Amino acid sequence: MLNPDLVGSTFVGTTSTTISADSIAAFARALGEPETQLAPPTYAITISLEQSQSLLVDSGLDWSRVVHGDQKFLINKQLVPGTVITCNSTIESARVVAGNEIVTVRSDLIEAGEVAVSSWSTLVFRA
Amino acid sequence: MNIFKIGEVLPSKTYIINRASLVAYANASGDQNPIHQDEAFAKSVGLENVIAHGMYTMGLVGQYVSALAGSSSKVKEFSARFTKPVAVPADVDVELVVSATVVELTDEIAKFDITATCNEVKVLGMTKAVVHL
Repeated sequence: MLNPDLVGSTFVGTTSTTISADSIAAFARALGEPETQLAPPTYAITISLEQSQSLLVDSGLDWSRVVHGDQKFLINKQLVPGTVITCNSTIESARVVAGNEIVTVRSDLIEAGEVAVSSWSTLVFRA
Repeated sequence: MNIFKIGEVLPSKTYIINRASLVAYANASGDQNPIHQDEAFAKSVGLENVIAHGMYTMGLVGQYVSALAGSSSKVKEFSARFTKPVAVPADVDVELVVSATVVELTDEIAKFDITATCNEVKVLGMTKAVVHL
């Protein structure tokens, strides 16, 4: 079970990622999106979910039991090839329902000090 | 000029999900969880078959929203709840049918309530998007 003290804490990403044209184009093509030089609305998940995974696994949760419950994106600035971002993740809530642990993580993709995209993932760790 | 009308039900679009498209999405997204590719593994963990990545289904709906807005650059907010897994048997093209209703409209934005169904069963809930006009 997640340590309740972790709720509200933010893990500041220290590694910056340069978003490649190939990565955006492959993601866009997989979704049938004709604009292959612009990140589709859900592209941020390729960055945010990996960080959420390492954060929650490091916090003691079993990733093999995870189911994606819901997902939200707020896009302030579209990601394009060459965008350099860091990712900060905040555990916004954690609760237990019928033995399942439901955790919401907000990941902020930061470009030049501004939040380009926020991604909220609610993850259900099945009992 | 606004191309939408409040309350308007927008034309539906059908997307095909099959085993090959799941592999393409897995490679593009980095999500290589075997429940999305390996039937024996999926069944061993109690699933009826290989299931689509929830984020793949949501991503296809995102393409629908981008197309409605005229460009992916217009999409401001997008959310969904993963209510029912999309089972993808071998050698079958599963049809994902997406449609939307205009529920809010200003000079700057339009908000849509979206439905996404496979075989007439809703696979996403609470699916909403806000786009810049």
